[in-house]
Amino acid sequence: MPDTQALVMTFLTSLKNATARQTAELLRSVISQQRVPYTNQAGALIDAVKAVGEQLIAANPVELAVGNIVRRVLHIIREEDLSLTTAAIGELNLSAVSDDENDDDRDGNTTLSAAAVAAAARSTLRPPSLQTLLEDTPVSAAVPQTSSSGGDSEGKTADKSSRSRKLKHDVIEAVNELIQDIVTCHEQIAEQAVEHIHQNEVILTLGSSRTVSEFLFAAKEKKRSFRVFVAEGAPRYQGHLLAKELVARGLQTTLITDSAVFAMISRVNMVIVGAHAVMANGGVIAPVGMNLVALAAQKHAVPFVVLAGSHKLCPLYPHNPEVLLNELRSPSELLDFGEFSDCMDFGSGSGSPLLHVVNPAFDYVPPKLVSLFITDAGGHNPSYMYRLIADYYSADDLVVQRRAIAGN
Amino acid sequence: MGAQKKRAAAAAAAARVSEDPDDLARQPLQAILLADSFTTKFRPITLERPKVLLPLVNVPMINYTLAWLEAAGVAEVFVFCCAHSKQVIDYLENSEWFSQPNFTVKTIESHNIISAGDALRLIYEQNVIHGDFVLISGDTVSNMSLTQALQEHKERKKKDNNAVMTMIIKKSKPSPITRQSRLGTDELFMAIDPNTKQLLYYEDKADHSKGTICLDKMLLAENPSISLHNDKQDCYIDICSPEVLSLFTDNFDYQHLRRHFVKGLLLDDIMGYKIFTHEIHSSYAARIDNYRSYDIVSKDIIQRWTYPYVPDVKFCGNRATKLERRGMYRALEIEQSRSAQVGSFTVIGYGTKIGSNSKISDSVIGEGCTIGSNVLIEGSYIWDNVIIEDGCELRHVIVCDGVIMKAGAVLKPGVVLSFKVVIGERFVVPAYSKVSLLQQPTVHDSDEELEYADNSSGTVEFSCTADQSNGEMTSESSEAHKPKLGTGGVGYIWSICEGGQEEEWRHSVAPIPEDKLTELSEAMDDDQELVTQDRTALSTSGELISDSNASEGDDNEDSKDDSVYFEKEVEATFLRAVEENVKVDHVILEVNSLRLSYNMTSADCAGAVFYSMMKLAIKTPHSSAIGLLTLYPSPFSMVASNAYPIYLSGELQQNTANIITTWQKLLKSYLLEIDEEIEIILKFEEMCLESAKEFSPLFARILHILYDKDILQEDAILRWADEKEGADESDKVFVRQSEKFIQWLREASEEED
Repeated sequence: MPDTQALVMTFLTSLKNATARQTAELLRSVISQQRVPYTNQAGALIDAVKAVGEQLIAANPVELAVGNIVRRVLHIIREEDLSLTTAAIGELNLSAVSDDENDDDRDGNTTLSAAAVAAAARSTLRPPSLQTLLEDTPVSAAVPQTSSSGGDSEGKTADKSSRSRKLKHDVIEAVNELIQDIVTCHEQIAEQAVEHIHQNEVILTLGSSRTVSEFLFAAKEKKRSFRVFVAEGAPRYQGHLLAKELVARGLQTTLITDSAVFAMISRVNMVIVGAHAVMANGGVIAPVGMNLVALAAQKHAVPFVVLAGSHKLCPLYPHNPEVLLNELRSPSELLDFGEFSDCMDFGSGSGSPLLHVVNPAFDYVPPKLVSLFITDAGGHNPSYMYRLIADYYSADDLVVQRRAIAGN
Repeated sequence: MGAQKKRAAAAAAAARVSEDPDDLARQPLQAILLADSFTTKFRPITLERPKVLLPLVNVPMINYTLAWLEAAGVAEVFVFCCAHSKQVIDYLENSEWFSQPNFTVKTIESHNIISAGDALRLIYEQNVIHGDFVLISGDTVSNMSLTQALQEHKERKKKDNNAVMTMIIKKSKPSPITRQSRLGTDELFMAIDPNTKQLLYYEDKADHSKGTICLDKMLLAENPSISLHNDKQDCYIDICSPEVLSLFTDNFDYQHLRRHFVKGLLLDDIMGYKIFTHEIHSSYAARIDNYRSYDIVSKDIIQRWTYPYVPDVKFCGNRATKLERRGMYRALEIEQSRSAQVGSFTVIGYGTKIGSNSKISDSVIGEGCTIGSNVLIEGSYIWDNVIIEDGCELRHVIVCDGVIMKAGAVLKPGVVLSFKVVIGERFVVPAYSKVSLLQQPTVHDSDEELEYADNSSGTVEFSCTADQSNGEMTSESSEAHKPKLGTGGVGYIWSICEGGQEEEWRHSVAPIPEDKLTELSEAMDDDQELVTQDRTALSTSGELISDSNASEGDDNEDSKDDSVYFEKEVEATFLRAVEENVKVDHVILEVNSLRLSYNMTSADCAGAVFYSMMKLAIKTPHSSAIGLLTLYPSPFSMVASNAYPIYLSGELQQNTANIITTWQKLLKSYLLEIDEEIEIILKFEEMCLESAKEFSPLFARILHILYDKDILQEDAILRWADEKEGADESDKVFVRQSEKFIQWLREASEEED
């Protein structure tokens, strides 16, 4: 598949400003160009997506959204395959014992395949999805191999080919939905703004996030009058841009330095910030300075609200997040090279630099400092994040590496 | 190659047809990458591998340049390969650069090119460049954005067709002691028009021994303002118009991009071609020109100034590396002993093994190295597959691929070990030595012409036969080959040529040793003293010294110098007044103006005036009092005064008395307070001890004269005597001499009471 390879290469080169949407679109084209064998179609798709996903993640491990989307797509493939299999089994059962009720059939009569399915479900240790429980759809996790066994029992090649086409079609549909979700996540989050921002409140935010600005605009449009404090977000000063946008929309805005946050926090009713990623434990990877804001908010018992689209939910637990999930950027954002060039003359003395400039891009905010997450699915507690993540990802995909595939 | 040439020629022809400026603007940006530096600074390493493929923080240098060109929006790169061209082309073919979308890399190969100028002439003949292009050498690391510089270049070009080149510069302070930039290149002087950013003067080989640079006076006459910089670093990234190539063809003697081309254009005012500069502030750019810049750029990369071209971000061909605390980069699958200490700013490559109790800091370790236990590595660059056995010590060295160091071997700072050298057990490689499997070529490139002549030919003669002209050198070098590298060692230690040992430390990978620095700074102090002495010599001749000269010195010296100048000036004024019979009031006026311009107190004035009066007294021919002495011309007076102290001193005393009488008004106008009077006595004392010893026997008498003329009050004299009470015996000479006088004064005052 030379075409996808070229696409992957372009993507890798432009990865610096890669977004979740681009990843999803890339994976969609990977799926559509992947030729599917008759047996084990889902497995082939998963392998293809994993191979590409591995490259993407390795290219920039700090950009967690890319990994999230790869895992989401893998999950989608599994889910679609599962629903097709269960549908097929249901069909088979219906034709065999047409009198009985559907649910009972599935539980009682299809002994062979259901037992295998149950065993597989147990082996993957996948908790039952909350959504499926609520919607009362049958729960039966399956690994890709069952699809082939199910297909064999049917023994109709024509049906199989149509099913393979259907699987691919369904997967692409679902990925399209995912892309749609990513595109509209800002609006869906912003819709909830009125419930959270009240009249005459003072909101504090740090840096700039599109989700946050949309959220504030939405509240403004609903005739809420409130004031916004913007911490500038050194050293990239994106808060300046946000302040500009807010003023353009007619919001009363106060720009403060990051170091003034603690002094101002007592006058603030609520802190609303964006996130780079939300980890499985409810911790947040956010622009640098956020931990300071969160601590200040906790000290003054101000609610600390994090807005994050569901594609920012990361199924990984943070180990050593300050280092491993951080991105250290160029020191030139902090100081001028020319002015300090004499401090970095390694040609004299011991040869080791005395000046070390550290410019981390992100902060880790532990879950205990976060009061509320607002995602496109609604508001959630930090302690609830793992459930939300279990809905979106399957446990098999947490490690996207070839070794995992070999294990499969 | 042929087909490619043809296609390129066709494309060029097509481009020629449409010469609209709009079309030109729309053309994709091209770049010429010189994959050969045409110098020998990286020898002996470059005898075996081209410089652009040398690993810089575990990634071949050319990858940094290509990655930057791609990110900067260059669509087509022509890589000019010369020395080891096959290696460069093979590398590029196996890399991912040929398979990039929207980015084409083409190679141009030639074996008989010996300079950058020749390379550009060849490219011009190939007709592949159709618009503005970026000229860069394959050893440049940058992360700057070209957009603004390019736009500036295009706009200037539209207004003025002669603006052919935009040079990228960056602020970087040179070391005041070593007179070289932090990249180890010579201090660079540039004159730039602050408004238009036009480059007016470029000098990288200034003569530091004199501490002066020469500017053409037309430069000052023609330009309303110029700013002269020594804190700018030339990044060796140029945005050129296509005319540059034809200029190289027209001037077939242009070899070096800077020394010949840039200076040539600056001097040539017939064609009127102009070079402009673009200064980058927040982004990074530097060229690796010598071992020191290799060291410094590596450290800049590790310190992330070149972000995103840093080891833990995948930009091209580098393995996944994780950045840990304190600037420690570690690739995957490293075997590190629990007791090994890996310090800050260290990069460790894929699959390297580190033994117990080894200490590594500020270093770069390549892939697949094996490091034994109790090894010490400090500030060193170790490339791939190196084996270092137990107990070795490496400080500030470069170790190339496949080197084996047997147990206990020691590398002193500045050593370079080329490929596959073996160092024997417990062998100590002396500082700054270069070791290679190949013998040192006997042709020495001490001459600039030779540097071009043989460096890039790719094949080097290894003849050891004594050349007639180089007989001495050869015998020396063949002797140098003899010391084996310990038991089991393989390789030759190269003798140091080109400027010898003294200059080696300037460009070495090791930091400049402490003693060199102190030596240099002492030498610099001496120079400054010399300059000060020069000034004194000048000012005694009566010339007016403007304060612009003084500004060159240090602030501390300024005040000291100032008082010396002031004294000289006052003396000159006073002497002139005596000669020309200027009225006392006018002299006071003049001295006052001097006092204001030097910011002196009236005590200083009094001291200076008194000093000049006394000087005059010595200089005045002694004939005025006694006719007999007309036989003695004034130059002898000094000698004579020693020989006949009493006789002459009487006359001197007379002289002094006369002068004091004549000029007492002048002196009195500065004696407002008792402090000033004391100052005069102290000054006189000083004179008697140092500059005018003739007065020493007369001290008491002249003091008396001064008292008689009401210049000094008795209080002043008494206070001076009191002050001197506690001083050393040697200081009390004059107090004792005038003891009687003081005694008399004391008694007189008591009587009055």
